[in-house]
Amino acid sequence: MIRFIVRRLIQMVGVVLVLSLLLFFWLRSLPGGPVSAILGERATPARREALEAALGLDQPVYVQYLKFLQRAAQGDFGVSTQVLPGTDALEIFFMRLPATLELSFFALVLATSLGIPLGYFAARRHGSAVDNSAIVMSLVGVAVPVFFTAFMLKYFFAVEWNLLPVSGRQDPGLDATRITGFFVLDGILTREWDAAWDAMLHLVLPSVALATIPFAVIFRITRASVLDVLEEDYVRTAEAKGLTARVIRGRHVLRNAMLPVTTIIGLQVGGLLAGAVLTETVFAFGGIGQALYEAFRDKDYAVLQVLIMAAAAIYVFVNLLVDISYAIIDPRVRTR
Amino acid sequence: MTEKPPEKSGRTSYGERRKQRIDELAAASVDETPGVSLLASAWRRLRRNPVFLLGLAITTIFVLLAVVSPWLAPWDPAANPLIDEVRPQTNPVPGPEPGHPLGGDDRGRDLLSRLLVGSQQTLIVGVLATLFGLTGGVTLGTLAGAFGGWIDSLVMRIVDVMLSIPSLLLAFSIAALFARPSQWTVIIAIAVIQVPIFARLLRGSLLAQRVSDHVLAARALGVKPGAVVFRHMLPNAFGPVIVQATLVMAVAIIDAAALSFLGLGNPDDRQPEWGQMLGRATEFINSYPHLAIYPAACIIVVALGFTLMGESLREALDPKSRR
Repeated sequence: MIRFIVRRLIQMVGVVLVLSLLLFFWLRSLPGGPVSAILGERATPARREALEAALGLDQPVYVQYLKFLQRAAQGDFGVSTQVLPGTDALEIFFMRLPATLELSFFALVLATSLGIPLGYFAARRHGSAVDNSAIVMSLVGVAVPVFFTAFMLKYFFAVEWNLLPVSGRQDPGLDATRITGFFVLDGILTREWDAAWDAMLHLVLPSVALATIPFAVIFRITRASVLDVLEEDYVRTAEAKGLTARVIRGRHVLRNAMLPVTTIIGLQVGGLLAGAVLTETVFAFGGIGQALYEAFRDKDYAVLQVLIMAAAAIYVFVNLLVDISYAIIDPRVRTR
Repeated sequence: MTEKPPEKSGRTSYGERRKQRIDELAAASVDETPGVSLLASAWRRLRRNPVFLLGLAITTIFVLLAVVSPWLAPWDPAANPLIDEVRPQTNPVPGPEPGHPLGGDDRGRDLLSRLLVGSQQTLIVGVLATLFGLTGGVTLGTLAGAFGGWIDSLVMRIVDVMLSIPSLLLAFSIAALFARPSQWTVIIAIAVIQVPIFARLLRGSLLAQRVSDHVLAARALGVKPGAVVFRHMLPNAFGPVIVQATLVMAVAIIDAAALSFLGLGNPDDRQPEWGQMLGRATEFINSYPHLAIYPAACIIVVALGFTLMGESLREALDPKSRR
């Protein structure tokens, strides 16, 4: 088990290193080169020269890359020029992170708590109207552009029917106390129940929009997996032994069918990160996704660098956790 | 590599999952029913599959529409016959009226004509992005799968790194590399994110072929290595690649809309494209949602068509479903 984890860790370091190399060349080939990319078009010649010297652009490429790595390892990705001018780019990432984590968490909970039961029932009633309509729903779900889903939810539930807040994370008039940056958690910790409730209401539409694709994926994996397990000999044996339906469902079917589902849930993180860019932008949610959008729009490359690197690192790390948890659940994985 | 049981999945699956699904598809190309070619046996099942036929019908209509739309459209999509009715303050988007059943857009252009002609650019974006991604992926995959050794290791490590970045994020990053966004930058960004998927898929397929009897027979008969790869292995490995290409068409059209929405799309809208129309329409969405709903509906239907076709193709090529 330890060897497995160590091997995966080494692989992960390799992937992150290659990523940094890609990011390095990405930054160099941006329009205007790295200096304009980091400082923006309006930089004074003095600042440009200072940065050129600091970046060592006169030195050989490999020296430049090592310098880049060194600065990146120290968390120095430069200063934001557009999103929050003058702020350290890494700081922006940490400021915006809680919003995205909160949103992704609720989206994932929603997708899982709907996708797994629905997938199970669709598989049990294989070929029935329930099964077919659920499949159609999941197919349509992935065919709809995420930001369009978000806009439609916003248009009907917030603008037309006035049921839920239009945008943002909380009513600024509430003047809620901040502890962790997770608004719902903050409200609970400080016993400001109105603040927690308001933050929850703000989360509903964005997390529904963000949950559509993970829901479709989780539903279909669960359904396919349960269908596979239902055909296994040990399920037939359990039925032949006369076990109750409840025991068969819990102990024989679901426990085995959940293996691929646990993997897929963890692996939705990549989709959530990309989806957050679209959803947060629509609802002005103020997380990493919106920061990414603003950075792309305003060409704030210092912020982009941090966010892309962080997104990839988070994603690779979550993949690692998923693989490890999978190895714990399923011993067969470790043998190879 | 870790070993996991095969599963089915939807559009958005990443990393290990994605790799796994790609490998699973790749495995589907070997292990055929003896005597019947893979495509023939797949077609026998597909012909009666209503899901496949629906997908085929949608995509056929879409392609036909793209071809004949210039003659169907009542107005030139770039002309602005309704410009006199556009009032930025009171009436930014002209409503329906005789001769303009869907009304106009914010620049006084006939919406129906733009939707009809928009199918053309949408098809071009989808086809070119898929084609470029396919070409890149097939080249890398063939290098890795046919030769093995250090070439294989090198190519696959690059592919793994590309798969480790969430695909839409990778597309944004690539689109940002260009000083001036255009239709081409959209196509290239979407094509690049497909390369690692196709590469991994084809490599898996080729690896399975390398140990199969017909390749062994060809080798034993003294067929040159190049001919073994191109005449005996590649043609047999293409089934899963075709399935993936069908699914990618849907992804490409949806992703083009996302890029447009984020301001990384083609700014020149004289030649309309659905994704671009949808992306731009979001500006007016709270007052004039119909401007977004029409192109979105077109995208959804077409994406669904390609997805239905791809998924049923995949099922037909899957040896497990032949029981």
